[in-house]
Amino acid sequence: MSTLTATAKLNAAAKTRKGRLILGTLGAATAVAAWFLISRESDNPYFPSLEVILERAWEYWTTPEGVNNILASLRTLSGGLFLAIILGVVIGLIIGQLAIVEQAVSPTLEFARAIPATALIPFALMLFGVSDQMKIFLIALGCIWPILLSTADGARGIDKTLSASARAFQITGWKFQTYVMLPAVLPRILVGIRIAIPLSLILMVTSEMVGVQQGLGFVITQAQATFQILTMWSGILILGVLGFLLTFIYSLIERRLLRWADPRRDRE
Amino acid sequence: MTAVVAPTAPKRRHGAAATVGRRFILPAAFIVFLIGLQELLTRTDVLPSNYFPPASKIFMAFIDEFSSPALPDALFGTLTTWIQALVISVVLGTAVGILLGLIVPLEAFLRPTIEFLRPVPSVALIPLVVLTIGTGSDSALFLAVFAAFWQVLIPAIIGVRSAHPVALETARSYNFTLWQRIRYIQLPSMMPYLVTSIRLATSTTLILIVTAEIIIQMPGLGYEITMSRSAGNPARMYAYIALSGIAGIVLNGLVRQVEARVASIHGSGGK
Amino acid sequence: MLIVSDMEKTYPTKSGGFTAVSGMSFHVEEGELFTIVGPSGAGKTTLLRCVAGLDEVTGGSVTFNGVPVSGPPREFAVVFQDYARSLMPWITVAKNVELPLMKNGISAQERRKRVTSALEEVGLADAMEKKPFQLSGGMQQRVAIARAIAYRPQVLIMDEPFASVDAQTRADLEDLLLRIRAETGTTVLFVTHDVDESVYLSNRVAIVSRSPSRIDEIVDIPLPYPRDQIATKSLPEFATLRGHVFGRIREMVNSAALTDA
Repeated sequence: MSTLTATAKLNAAAKTRKGRLILGTLGAATAVAAWFLISRESDNPYFPSLEVILERAWEYWTTPEGVNNILASLRTLSGGLFLAIILGVVIGLIIGQLAIVEQAVSPTLEFARAIPATALIPFALMLFGVSDQMKIFLIALGCIWPILLSTADGARGIDKTLSASARAFQITGWKFQTYVMLPAVLPRILVGIRIAIPLSLILMVTSEMVGVQQGLGFVITQAQATFQILTMWSGILILGVLGFLLTFIYSLIERRLLRWADPRRDRE
Repeated sequence: MTAVVAPTAPKRRHGAAATVGRRFILPAAFIVFLIGLQELLTRTDVLPSNYFPPASKIFMAFIDEFSSPALPDALFGTLTTWIQALVISVVLGTAVGILLGLIVPLEAFLRPTIEFLRPVPSVALIPLVVLTIGTGSDSALFLAVFAAFWQVLIPAIIGVRSAHPVALETARSYNFTLWQRIRYIQLPSMMPYLVTSIRLATSTTLILIVTAEIIIQMPGLGYEITMSRSAGNPARMYAYIALSGIAGIVLNGLVRQVEARVASIHGSGGK
Repeated sequence: MLIVSDMEKTYPTKSGGFTAVSGMSFHVEEGELFTIVGPSGAGKTTLLRCVAGLDEVTGGSVTFNGVPVSGPPREFAVVFQDYARSLMPWITVAKNVELPLMKNGISAQERRKRVTSALEEVGLADAMEKKPFQLSGGMQQRVAIARAIAYRPQVLIMDEPFASVDAQTRADLEDLLLRIRAETGTTVLFVTHDVDESVYLSNRVAIVSRSPSRIDEIVDIPLPYPRDQIATKSLPEFATLRGHVFGRIREMVNSAALTDA
């Protein structure tokens, strides 16, 4: 009887904001403690203790060299994502609104999209050599698809009453695109970007693993090749933190923009 | 009556012809145009032909490849790993998703850890995987599952929670067993979420397998692409890139078929 | 004058096509308030969309002052039933009203004047800087009406504009419409499924049949303006007219039910 009520209490607590926060903090602490304790006893050279990894992370990633590598990664990441967003949205809006363009290009797009972006690494290398442009090109090429397709879907499926009332009042052309279409499609664009972000990280790391002499991906492959297991682990840790921060910051931006684009959401 | 129908009937037939034209001729014309343009630009060396062989040469390389033993091996290697990765990540993601969806405190407890692990780019684990698992297809499998698992897990949790309260109360008042509840209420309401996440997982797993093939140099399509480049055979490289695209299209189509089948069994249309 | 002549609208479907409107003819005089009423399932909204130039007709014609309507004419303004979707949720009330005016060489000053006076007219001068979602349904529909007034149309087209608000708000909005029309002399083409509303508002009421819909009967409403929710509705003529229109619609629904069975 008492266990039953305890379970019920726990269930109820997990549904409140405060309860979730407490449980979550507890969970995170447990996970870190478990890693800490288990790895401390580890004599496997590939799984060093968390303590040493953290020490090494602090040591290496605060040096100018470490910071430069992080910045190099961030630079190409933002360049590639930026390109993918701009091109994806513009092309998506065109395709979503002009049925004739969509019909003409959709099989071609379907094919281009199906090519796994990393299969184009050798192609990108050929085109740009070992350079930042190569990385940016690859990230943009891989990340454009979810954004483009989601935008086109949104533009095609724009609310009938909304577009009819814009047309009835002769709101057309540029004004229609900026005041009606873009805000209406914004939620879909945001979904596309959300899918593109993890992809962009994957492509960033991959492109850094194939010859570019800087960036996080380069550091961890280099460390692996020279058996600097600690540096490798610290790089993976930094990439984890970077991914986490990126998705976290994006979710804040996304929530903000969604509230602007569709204030009705808040009332539901 | 006929007077009303008569003027519209030819219009409709004209419309049907226009539709066929738009649906088949237009896209075909666009593809022919692209190929022609590429051929022209490379033949005239506007695009450097040692980097960009003309489309006809790529096509010949593609045909040649069919008689080489490398192609079936590469295709088979990539596809088997891909199917395994997709099945494992979908089944595992859905099962864990149901578990965490039903046991709310457990989900709240694990959430921050999940949120931290989820965005870790799985390719970052390549060096570690090479050291511990090795350079075989198991490594590619692990990397692909690690990337796709989260993409299935999160929508699965949301999907479980999306079951309608009235349906759940019905289940409770009629004393459904846990299995009945999952089978008839939870799974059907998860379907739309699963459909989307499976589509995502399809392309994610393929990307990671090809990546692993390129970086770890594991046999498969990615390996052939990168090998052709270092062997100075760009036509063959493009042929394999095209092949990976075709494989992608076929796989997407296949997954959609399975989706439709599963959705009809569960009697929930998805989308 | 707005003339609809032998209009037909057929939607393509897999089984050949669905004819929503067929052989539809009527005309709306300048300054008239003309209402189309009919059972649900009659192609009323389809008809309106074609007249407003939002859909193309597949037969016959719609002309305004002798010019065929193809695409939404500058002289028309439309008020939709679904106010929550016809207003843009991401911009303020004032901006919603102003947006259609932002061309045709109307100066910013003139625009502001029109926006303010239109919102004053509908009693929402205080709500200019609010977002539509912060207002009640009735108020949002007032914004949609203000947008239409500020646009200064010759014809105001309204598609069941008061169908999604409560009864009291509905009566207020009906009177608001009558007042605006008395002040501006705008021609109004109004669609509703509410018989009381049609008789109360109109100069003439057109009863349409179920699809493929056509005009069943056009009823003159010789009740004097200005009308009043209580006084007008207590007139014996009102009751007679209302009874007549209601009877026709019920006959159509019943005969349809018999055919369906």
